[in-house]
Amino acid sequence: MVYRVIIYSGSEDFYARLSWETMVLKQEKDPAFVKFTGIEKRFGKVVAVKKMDLEIPEGSLVTLLGPSGCGKTTLLRMLAGLESPTFGDIHIKGKRINDTPIHKRNLGMIFQNYALFPHKTISDNVAFGLKYRNVAKSVIKQRVENALETVRLPGVGDRMPSQLSGGQQQRIALARAIVIEPDVLLMDEPLSALDENLREDMRREIDNLQQAIGVTTIFVTHDQREALSMSDKVVVMKDGFIQQQGTPEEVYNNSTNHFVADFLGHSNFLNAIVNKKQGDLLSVRLEDESHGLAVPAAAFNKGDKVEMVIRAQKFNLGYRADHVPEQGENVFFGKIVDRSYMGGEVSYFVELDNGLVLHAINFVKRSPYRRGDEVAMTVAPEHCRLLKV
Amino acid sequence: MIRLFTLLVYVWMFTPIIAVIILSFNPQQFGSFPMEGFSFKWFVKLSHNSTILDAFKNSLVLGSCTAVLSTAFGVPAAMAFIRYEFRGKQFLNTLLIAPIMIPEVVLGVALLLFIRWLQQPKSFALLLIGHVVLTLPYVLLIVQARLVGIKKEYEEAALSLGANPFQTFKEITFPLLAPAIFAGMLFSFTISFDDVTATLFWATAQNQTVPVKIFGMLRNSVSPEINALGTVMIILTVSTPFLAGYLSRRFASGK
Repeated sequence: MVYRVIIYSGSEDFYARLSWETMVLKQEKDPAFVKFTGIEKRFGKVVAVKKMDLEIPEGSLVTLLGPSGCGKTTLLRMLAGLESPTFGDIHIKGKRINDTPIHKRNLGMIFQNYALFPHKTISDNVAFGLKYRNVAKSVIKQRVENALETVRLPGVGDRMPSQLSGGQQQRIALARAIVIEPDVLLMDEPLSALDENLREDMRREIDNLQQAIGVTTIFVTHDQREALSMSDKVVVMKDGFIQQQGTPEEVYNNSTNHFVADFLGHSNFLNAIVNKKQGDLLSVRLEDESHGLAVPAAAFNKGDKVEMVIRAQKFNLGYRADHVPEQGENVFFGKIVDRSYMGGEVSYFVELDNGLVLHAINFVKRSPYRRGDEVAMTVAPEHCRLLKV
Repeated sequence: MIRLFTLLVYVWMFTPIIAVIILSFNPQQFGSFPMEGFSFKWFVKLSHNSTILDAFKNSLVLGSCTAVLSTAFGVPAAMAFIRYEFRGKQFLNTLLIAPIMIPEVVLGVALLLFIRWLQQPKSFALLLIGHVVLTLPYVLLIVQARLVGIKKEYEEAALSLGANPFQTFKEITFPLLAPAIFAGMLFSFTISFDDVTATLFWATAQNQTVPVKIFGMLRNSVSPEINALGTVMIILTVSTPFLAGYLSRRFASGK
């Protein structure tokens, strides 16, 4: 249960006031505030979401991450009531809402293209949801003003949506959604229409706001950086299935399958065969017998075929000539065949002696390596992970 | 060279119309150039001609009713075609648009035969039904085009904020659609107002419209009254859309 009391302390810092409120007054949180059970959605013969179970804890920000067509938007739209599931149930606060029409679900929804009503002023836009909630006129006015202040756009109430920039419009859309105090805030790729710099600001803004008011939020995106940077929990989806869910650190560092490891960040995949256990380590050899490598001990048996994952950032590059072999360290020798400079870091493609090309990303220390340089790439065993094939 | 041709095309198109307007102010019975004098004689005579005035009234009533009915049917139909999926949608849509492509003569005869088969007399209702069939495609096309431009998200946002489907239509869809609905009404009115071919088949002696009346008068003699009537018709059909455009701009800026 949540107990919320609005206290007008006169504090300048809206966020601080709100966090205090939510921290002090919030009781234990419901781990399954939103619950999907056996949810499935078919469009004709196409199955967009397959037999999915998912629980979303109260007050958390959960991202549905995946490439287009993975079913993330469909899942969100089913929760919103814009699509009805073919099978399965959706619960919010323990109540089954499958048959509740959208306008009775008390959800805040944010769209990619803002969807501000173009013929209404900003105030009327923000006040829209309150009109249908038996709120007195004077209270509506006050709450609209508060909402505009929350998104740091006070005083724009009389303007029309077309007079605001994209970022401002999205903030108004946010104000319009939170002013009704929704049970769940749904965001469908809210940042993808904004340009790069603005997106970063807006992302932080949404993150801060969500933490401050503590509203359970579901955020749909195909951008891994957005997902990793702001979520309490990331749900990686593909082809209508959940591939993996967990905290951003879990899904990034302990990707449980090829798709997740490949989709998040830049990974190298090497086919290998398990050799034998040596203390804490497991020795493996690449399928072409070119390298013997060490990885942390895992539940594999000798002779198992596995896929080894190494993140591009985990390699350390050095000149081949300067390389001093070290015990328990994995090393690859090769020649740089391509590189792209990205300001703070450089992305290298290194062709090994056996023809394999590995991708490495290193911070620029002094001068970056050039195309044609012979390099040694070292990587610690704990940064190598094995996946079942 | 191209400019000259363009100019010639315009001259070709507009000279007869301008001639009608000029001749309507000619006091002589038989038009000839140069004009000998200037008078409103034929307009005055026109305003005393009760059959013409009746026809005028018929045309106005018919045009207005057609406009209202066509939009009343056309807007919901357009909504259904654009916003919802259902079986036979494409077929139904084509069916409703079809009257644009079918020659009016065929349409006129067909409806007449249908009425005969039902053993009903020709009436104002028949005329009205016919005109609605004729103008509905225009309303449908205009409103559909506009609806495609109104993103579904606006309606979805309104629903998610707690407005029920009817409130959503009233608050969001209708205001955004209003210019198209207005344009559709205007189209219906003007098309109904100066349709001759089909109306010729459907009109009875009591509910003749102005164009049909003019057609009838031409069979007897070329009276200068017709010139005057023509002038009035031209002014009406040209000025209505202009006036509407002006009004809608006034409303848009006033808001």
